[in-house]
Amino acid sequence: MSIWLQIVLALVAIGLGAWVLRFAGQKATGNKPFFRDMPISVAFGYVLGAAAVIWGIGFYFHPGATFFRWAVQGFVGFAIAAYVFRLFGRHVGTQGTKKLFRGMPLTASFGILTILIYAVVAIFAGLIAPYGQEEILGQANVVPGGDVAFGGNPQFPLGTDQIGRDILSRLIYGAQNTVGIAFATTCLAFFLGGTFGFLAATLGGWLDQALSRSVDVLMAIPALIFALLLMTIASVWSTKLGIPLTYFMVLIIAVIDSTRVFRLSRAVGQNIVVMDYIEAAKLRGEGLAYLIFREILPNATAPLLAEFGLRFCFVFLTIASLSFLGVGIQPPLADWGTMVRDLSQFINFAAFAPRVASAPLLAAGAIALLTVAVNFVVDWMLHKSSGLKE
Amino acid sequence: MGGVLRIILQRLFLGLLTLLVVSVVIFVAVNLLPGDFAEAILGQGATPEAVASIRADLGLDQGMVVRYFSWLSDALRGDLGTSFAQANFASFVGSSANLGGVTVADQIAPRFANTMFLAGVTAAIAVPIALTLGILAALFRNSIFDRATNILTLSSISSPEFFLAYILILLLAVVNPILPSLSNIYDGMAFGERLQKTLLPALTLTLVVTAHMMRMTRAAIINLLASPYIEMARLKGLSPLRVIVVHALPNALAPIINVIALNLAYLITGVVVVEVVFVYPGIGQLFVDSVKIRDIPVVQASCLIFAAAYILLNLLADILSILSNPRLRHPK
Repeated sequence: MSIWLQIVLALVAIGLGAWVLRFAGQKATGNKPFFRDMPISVAFGYVLGAAAVIWGIGFYFHPGATFFRWAVQGFVGFAIAAYVFRLFGRHVGTQGTKKLFRGMPLTASFGILTILIYAVVAIFAGLIAPYGQEEILGQANVVPGGDVAFGGNPQFPLGTDQIGRDILSRLIYGAQNTVGIAFATTCLAFFLGGTFGFLAATLGGWLDQALSRSVDVLMAIPALIFALLLMTIASVWSTKLGIPLTYFMVLIIAVIDSTRVFRLSRAVGQNIVVMDYIEAAKLRGEGLAYLIFREILPNATAPLLAEFGLRFCFVFLTIASLSFLGVGIQPPLADWGTMVRDLSQFINFAAFAPRVASAPLLAAGAIALLTVAVNFVVDWMLHKSSGLKE
Repeated sequence: MGGVLRIILQRLFLGLLTLLVVSVVIFVAVNLLPGDFAEAILGQGATPEAVASIRADLGLDQGMVVRYFSWLSDALRGDLGTSFAQANFASFVGSSANLGGVTVADQIAPRFANTMFLAGVTAAIAVPIALTLGILAALFRNSIFDRATNILTLSSISSPEFFLAYILILLLAVVNPILPSLSNIYDGMAFGERLQKTLLPALTLTLVVTAHMMRMTRAAIINLLASPYIEMARLKGLSPLRVIVVHALPNALAPIINVIALNLAYLITGVVVVEVVFVYPGIGQLFVDSVKIRDIPVVQASCLIFAAAYILLNLLADILSILSNPRLRHPK
C-alpha cells in the first residue's frame, strides 16, 4: 500500500471520527452548546490532535525511537521544572515578585529559569567544569553517556571530542565565552545605538539627517553578509597588528547591530521629545546630558529592554553562525558554534549509535535553548506591556 | 494612476541611489585592507618588480576614485573581474595576454541560479503553509492549537539555522533515510532528482521563514478583528472562516505581502549557513569559501549581488504595499 493511500485513508478515518465525536457528544450531553455549535473542522482538529498524542505515546515505546524519547523526556522535564519554578516564585519572595509570577505563562517561567541557569553556569564556569577548556585528556572520541558498554567513560559524562577534550567542560566554558561575548557585544551596540539615537532625536537638524541616512545605507546590506565581508578584512588586520580577531568581531557586530538600536531609540526618543515635561526641562535651562539621561532614558526603558532581549538573540545567533562558518570566535577558546562544526560529522552515525550523534546536537541545542528562552521572556514582556488581550 | 507611477519611480530612484551608495561602502571597506592585493598574493618574499607588475595588471597603481569607477562600470557591464584563486597572472607565465582563465562572473552565474532555485523551492513550500497556518491561528485564536503553533514557531524562529538543519538531517536523512543529506547539484541534472536533493535545505529554510510569515499573518488579521465592519459581518451571521478570509484578509494583505517579500529577501541573503551545512553549490557557499581564502574580487562581487537582491526585494515589498492600499494609491 502506497504512503499516499495510507495518508488519505487516515484522513478519512479521522473525518469519520470527528463526525462520531460530535454526534456522540450531542447525544451524551443533551445538545450542550459546546457540541451543538461545533463545526466539523474543529471536531476534526480535536480527533487529529488525539490521534497524534496516541501515536506519540505508542511511538515513545518503539525501540528505534531513541531521539524521540530523548526529546519527549527533555520537553516534559523542562515543563515540570518551569512549573515548579513558577510555584516557587508564587510563594517565595516579596509581594511584587509573587504578583509577577501569578500571571505568568509557563513559557515565560521556563525562559526565566533557563536564563538564570545559563547565567550561573557562565559566571561560575571555572568552578563547575571538571576539566579545563583547552585541556587535552588521554582518550579521544569517547561516546557521551558514560556507559562503558557503548564506548563511554564515566569520567567524561558527555564524552570527549576528536582530539580528546572533555565535551562537558567545553560546553560549560562555552557558556562563558559565547554568551559572555554576545552579552558584551549587545551592551556595546546599545551604548552606541542608544547614544546616537537619543542625540539625533534631541538635537534633530543636520546631525539627525546625517546619522539617519548613513544608518539607512548600512541597513541596506544584509547583516550576516556585511559581517562576513568585514571579518575578511579584520582577519588580515588582526594577523598584522597581533590583536585577537575576537575583539574585531565584537566591534564589527556591535556597529552593525547598533544601526537597528539607533532606529528604535531615535523613534522612541522622538515620541518623548515632544512631551510637555521635556519642554519644561528645556525652559528650566537643563543641559543635553540631563535631558537624555534623566528625562528621556527613564521613559524609554520598557521598549529598549524588550529590544535588548531580541537584539541579544540576534547577536548571539550571528556570533554562533560566524563561529560555525569558521570566522568567529577562534580556537582554543571553547565556543558552541565551533563545537557544532567540529563535531558535525558524528551525526552520520545516528542510525546505529544514537549516543555518538548526540554530541553536536548538544552544542547546537545549547544555543537554541538560550535564544528560545530569551524569546519566550520577551514575548511575555511585550504581551504584558501592550495590554493585548485578544 | 499618474500619482502611483510617480511614487513608484521615486522609490525606484531611491533604491538605485541606495545601491550606488552601498557599492561605495563595499568598495571602501575592501580598500581598508592593509597593503594591497598584489602584496597579499605574493607574500613577504616578493620582489618590488613582481609587485609592481601585478599592480599594473590589476590596475592597482591608479587612484582609489578611478579604480572605483572602473570597477563599477565593469560591474554594470557584467564583468566582475577575475578571482584570485583562478587568476593566472601574465607576469607569472611570461605571456602578455590572458589575465585569468575563469572570471568571477563565470563562477557566480551558475551558483546564483542554484541559489535562486533553492529560494524558489522554499518559497513554493513556505508561503502556502504560512498563510494557511496564519489564517487557522487567527480563526482559532487563544485555543490550544494557537498556543501550540505559537510556541513551535517562536522556537523555530529563535533556533540557529544549523540546529534546525542538523535536526532535519538526523530525522530525514540518517535515522529514516528518505532524503539525501548532501545536495550535490550539478548542471544538466534531471529536474526530479535536483528537486529531491534540494528538498532538505529547502525544508530547513521553510522552518526558518514560515514561522515569521505565519506570525505576521496572524497578527495582521487579528489587528483588524476589532474594526466595526468585522463586527457588522459577524452580526450578519457569517461564519468565522468567511469573516476572516473574505472580509479581514484583503485588508491585511499589505503587511502580509510586505513580510513575504522581506522573507524572500532573507532567503536569498540568509542562505549562507544552510548552504554550508548541506554543501549546496550556491552563491552563499562560494561567498564563505572566498571569505576564508580572502579572495577579494569574489567577496566584493557576491556582497554586491546580495545587497542588490536585498534592496530590490525590499523595494518590491514597498511598491506592492503601496499598490495594495487604495489610500496610498490615491495620495491627497
